[in-house]
Amino acid sequence: MQATMPQSRPSRPSLGLSIAGVVWVAALGLGLVGVVLRLATGEVHAGYGSYIPWGLWVAAYVYFIGLSAGAFLISALVYVAGVKRLERIGKLALFTALVTLFMALITIWFDIGHMERFWEVYVYGNPSSMMAWMVWLYTAYFLLIIAENWFALRADLAAMSRQGGLRGVVGRTLTFGRTDVGDEAVQRDRGTLRVLGTIGVPLAIAFHGGVGALFGVIAARPFWNSPIFPIAFIVGALASGGALITFVTAFFWPDRGTQEHRDLVSFLGRMVLALLALYLLLEWAEFSVGLYGQVPSESDPYRQIMTGPYWYVFWFVHVLVGALVPLAVLLLRPRSMRWVGAACGLIAAAFIAVRLNVVIPGLIIPELKGLNTAYVEPHLSFTYFPSLMEWLVLLFVVAIGVGIFYAGNKLLPLATGDESEVQR
Amino acid sequence: MPDEELAVKSAPPPGARRLSRRRMLVLGGLGGSGAVAALLTRGVEAADPPAPSAPATTKALAPVPGDRTSVLIRMQDDLQRAMAKPIEQRKWTMVLDLTRCIGCSACTVACKAENNLPPGVVYRPVLEEEIGTYPNVRARFTPRPCMQCDEPPCVPVCPVAATYKRPDGIVEIDYDRCIGCRYCIAACPYSARTFDFGLFYTSSAPEKAPYEREPSHEYGRSWTRKGDSSPIGNVRKCHFCIQRLEAGMLPACTTTCVGVATFFGDQNDPQSLVSELIASPRAQRLKEDLGTKPKVYYLM
Ligand code: SF4
Ligand code: SF4
Repeated sequence: MQATMPQSRPSRPSLGLSIAGVVWVAALGLGLVGVVLRLATGEVHAGYGSYIPWGLWVAAYVYFIGLSAGAFLISALVYVAGVKRLERIGKLALFTALVTLFMALITIWFDIGHMERFWEVYVYGNPSSMMAWMVWLYTAYFLLIIAENWFALRADLAAMSRQGGLRGVVGRTLTFGRTDVGDEAVQRDRGTLRVLGTIGVPLAIAFHGGVGALFGVIAARPFWNSPIFPIAFIVGALASGGALITFVTAFFWPDRGTQEHRDLVSFLGRMVLALLALYLLLEWAEFSVGLYGQVPSESDPYRQIMTGPYWYVFWFVHVLVGALVPLAVLLLRPRSMRWVGAACGLIAAAFIAVRLNVVIPGLIIPELKGLNTAYVEPHLSFTYFPSLMEWLVLLFVVAIGVGIFYAGNKLLPLATGDESEVQR
Repeated sequence: MPDEELAVKSAPPPGARRLSRRRMLVLGGLGGSGAVAALLTRGVEAADPPAPSAPATTKALAPVPGDRTSVLIRMQDDLQRAMAKPIEQRKWTMVLDLTRCIGCSACTVACKAENNLPPGVVYRPVLEEEIGTYPNVRARFTPRPCMQCDEPPCVPVCPVAATYKRPDGIVEIDYDRCIGCRYCIAACPYSARTFDFGLFYTSSAPEKAPYEREPSHEYGRSWTRKGDSSPIGNVRKCHFCIQRLEAGMLPACTTTCVGVATFFGDQNDPQSLVSELIASPRAQRLKEDLGTKPKVYYLM
């Protein structure tokens, strides 16, 4: 998630940890300023407007939710497909899926004009709207992930509840009294997990495919109106979510440096390499067909992405930092944990560029000639750069996500599998 | 538009209609614009004298349709006939004659005033295009209200069904329901929807100007913008001035149109002016290929 996280868990805070702590508190504080501004003044200070109605927050939402779907599908390799080599990252992947989903939901919540009315989607939901389906599906997915996390962690929590201190309290609270750690109980949890995971896989695919379809079905926007979107969204989710899990496993694993850890990271690295390559192939298909057509409404958005004012988002952040460099590293240094971890960190972080380049270019070409100059007032513009408030709110969401992840990693038995070497 | 506002509040009772309404129209609805009233009552040719000195650079406007009765009075009669029918038998239609539009944006401003729209919210901008290069250049002005599509792409995407087509074909927004997700903005092919971000023209003044504290009368209710209450945080769009139709008046843009380029009426009524106009070979709709079936026609 963030490179500012400490690399080990010493008993006394190290210098690195203190710096990370200060940075985190500063980020949270600044982020809170943005949140207060958003709540007090509504969307007056937003950079998006009526012609580019979605901006950084929607892109970030799609990004986080993609990370979540990807992390979840990797956990399904453990709990549904029973891939033994990944056994030990199952819980970590599930927890990551939960945290990133939470981040996605708060981000999109800040984006709607009437935050207090979000419940209406459940009561008055319109079945012909992809957005309504998306909300229903991710609500189901949210509940399912919470349940899965609980079943995956229960036995370890039960073991933890016998400890003293905060971890003991957490363990006792979260087991809800179900502290049976016998083989039979553990097997039962495993069975439940398999069932939940099996439901979850189509659900994760459906809802993230649904996010792709949310854009894909808009016939008014030729750039979005493409059947490749749902598929590209799912592959992109797997690549970015897988990269995030690899990054976390490489740097936040308790017993780093063992042969087992090395094998795990390099296996994950190869998986991410394949997924990223597949994603780039789909992207190539999308861009080459879109550009070749030469119908301006089709090809202009691609031209804008590649040569418009924000060319660097595509060429620098996405192509160079998010694809070429990590691809080279993954190919040349497949056995080095640090290199693989760093490369995957880059992939995961830079994927926001991909999401931005889905949301914004679909909107920047005026739908009618002359609209950009027809009536000039605030929020009626075809150029967009996120406002300070938008950045600050995003910073808040990231800080909250990192905080929850760090606390979870500290307090929950996420990386256990072999208790003896991990706890404490 | 003080005259019009007055007229909204004191629509005459259905008994004493015809004459009084005509008078109200010409005197009140046009806001005392004598020139336009004169233009309407005079013949077509007289209204558009050719410019003798520079024939290459000017062009006569297309004739005003129906020279026997004045256009506004005819449309007013059309409106009354339509309002006497059950709502589902009306099909409100707007026709914009681009060869008559002079690009003055009076309709945009009248609409802003009628619906008390804040900064950033505009229901009917006039698009300006320059065609050709100097000296062979001309301008084209395209007023762009909501097309009130018969197959509106903005409707099915709304997650809470806050926007829907009324029986008379007008696409309405329920401000109390809309969550402000702006998905409908993305889905509208005509950019006809704008979001109310909560801005005020006089927010930097010590006190908000009185007109900004006045309510707008949309969808059968009065909406006063303040804090974060609707319509702030909602998507807004042209609704053919339902509040005026219900009071027996034409939409504000139509009565204000200086070039007599905006026509309004019931397409289901074969006698109406708009029915006549949309049968013209010049009549076209924007982005016809999308199949949205707009109820706004352009005479090109
Ligand atoms: S013009 Fe746009 S807002 Fe109006 S009905 Fe058609 S799609 Fe909906
Ligand atoms: S902005 Fe309002 S009307 Fe438009 S789709 Fe969202 S909830 Fe519906």
